[in-house]
Amino acid sequence: MDDRARTVTGKDRYKSGVMEYKKMGYWEPDYEPKETDVIAVFRVTPQDGVDPVEASAAVAGESSTATWTVVWTDRLTACEKYRAKCYRVDPVPGAEGQYFAYIAYDLDLFEPGSIANLTASIIGNVFGFKPLKALRLEDMRLPTAYVKTFQGPATGIVVERERLDKFGRPLLGATVKPKLGLSGRNYGRVVYEALKGGLDFTKDDENINSQPFMHWRERFLYCMEAVNKAQAETGEMKGTYLNVTAATMEEMYERAEFAKEIGSCVVMIDLVIGYTAIQSMARWARRNDMILHLHRAGHSTYTRQKSHGVSFRVISKWMRLAGVDHIHAGTVVGKLEGDPATTRGYYDICREDFNPMRLENGIFFDQPWASLNKLMPVASGGIHAGQMHQLIHHLGEDVVLQFGGGTIGHPMGIAAGATANRVALEAMILARNEGRDYLAEGPEILAAAARHCTPLAAALETWKDVTFDYASTDTPDFVPTATAAE
Amino acid sequence: MRLTQGTFSFLPDLTDAQIARQVQYALDQGWAVNIETTDDPHPRNTYWDLWGQPMFDVADAAGVMLELAECRKVFGERYIRLSAFDASHGWETIRLSFIVGRPAEEPGFHLVREEAEGRRLRYTTRSYATERPAGQRYG
Repeated sequence: MDDRARTVTGKDRYKSGVMEYKKMGYWEPDYEPKETDVIAVFRVTPQDGVDPVEASAAVAGESSTATWTVVWTDRLTACEKYRAKCYRVDPVPGAEGQYFAYIAYDLDLFEPGSIANLTASIIGNVFGFKPLKALRLEDMRLPTAYVKTFQGPATGIVVERERLDKFGRPLLGATVKPKLGLSGRNYGRVVYEALKGGLDFTKDDENINSQPFMHWRERFLYCMEAVNKAQAETGEMKGTYLNVTAATMEEMYERAEFAKEIGSCVVMIDLVIGYTAIQSMARWARRNDMILHLHRAGHSTYTRQKSHGVSFRVISKWMRLAGVDHIHAGTVVGKLEGDPATTRGYYDICREDFNPMRLENGIFFDQPWASLNKLMPVASGGIHAGQMHQLIHHLGEDVVLQFGGGTIGHPMGIAAGATANRVALEAMILARNEGRDYLAEGPEILAAAARHCTPLAAALETWKDVTFDYASTDTPDFVPTATAAE
Repeated sequence: MRLTQGTFSFLPDLTDAQIARQVQYALDQGWAVNIETTDDPHPRNTYWDLWGQPMFDVADAAGVMLELAECRKVFGERYIRLSAFDASHGWETIRLSFIVGRPAEEPGFHLVREEAEGRRLRYTTRSYATERPAGQRYG
């Protein structure tokens, strides 16, 4: 927007009283962000009658140095450097009353290597600011200088694959079901059957911690029996994500140490433990050769609605910095929210070393990752073997495909369910590598594979009509524009 | 038992024509294909024996298939795998690895449990084949 409101300077700027944010130095339409600036783009919905530029300048102010009134103590600081600068406000295409505000922050505003500090500024007080109806953090550009202050994924895709000796295909997992109520001994049975049948991983669900029906040590011990037994029967590395989420860091460390002592290659945490706890666990995982799985429990409370909250692409960026190795990032075709174009953006953020600006995938900025390890996305929730061609098409090869119900609900049993998924996966990768149009021919490729695999035939029959075809709430605001052929 | 390491172990053994197509895929990505053999298929036996060097300068799958045929003549009773190495920045690792030869009989593994303190167990996976000296394990 072309608001030429000018920053008031000199003595007048510091006269006691209230002044519009856009005149206090938080609106600088001529500002060119520095290479080292952190940049955020917010979706701002001002209250009726509030000027969008003033609202956007207020977001810049409230997420950096400003308070509601002028303070003379600004003059004791290099305050122009510390003020976040809104330098661009665009109306959101097709959404009346909403604006994209681009705000640049000087790198010195942030403590190196701290997600807690970054987020306390960027999504701190400002989200409750009264002149705004709603506010959403859409994307961030994190400069190389800042990226390099973070550990990044403890293990990363490359090393995870090398440790597991698994290459060239998505990994396969399943979440143990029912998620609540199984005893340790019964729980381990599900793990054993699924791993023996052909999965690489099984997984605790987000709310499996240490409850009356199964305390954590019971689960861990029976799960490791299952992992080792399945490993010996197949000659292949296996793992199970032992959820170490607990009420305190001390308890989480205790559980993680025990998981290590009994030989687990992976532990798991939930997003709800908080950013600092996640960073602590990532450090622990790096020190202890452990893969760190993150379940994004709770994220939909603030990522799903487009008007208010934080986009999951931003959460993905923070989690890559924070240092987890796996993150649930959507399935596109499964039971949970996930528009294909938007999900593509999340996957790119996890896996690429450089993300070019791609508005059609919700990526607002070029983002360098400066050789930070790659983060393995996990697709989980309502997927089954019959969708294998679509899953590989949408999600690619470096992903964990988790079939919980699609393994455990198999009519011939858990191991058969696992075998069905593995055969479907290998057949599809074989076909893809042979150059076949596997997306179009997917059903035929699966049918052919099912001729030598009864469990796959049964899986295809059982779930042939299952689709989750609902409109997504979180979709990109931009569509790719066709360019004329040269 | 059937050892399920590698990308395609759950499918029926690949024919030479199928193997050649996978090799060509790898070569077309710019990856170098490597032939390795072992008579110790323990899941954490990382370093199988190299059959020559990775074929960095071979562009046609036929060249790899000739080497594979030679290797099979010598080590037909061992496990043989093809792996494809990607030297590009950010990867510098194996991108595809699959078994193309296995012994007629796969005796599998014994899981040894050592009872430790509390309810803990220490697990060791022992290959039945490696109970015999190297060179006498299969066939």
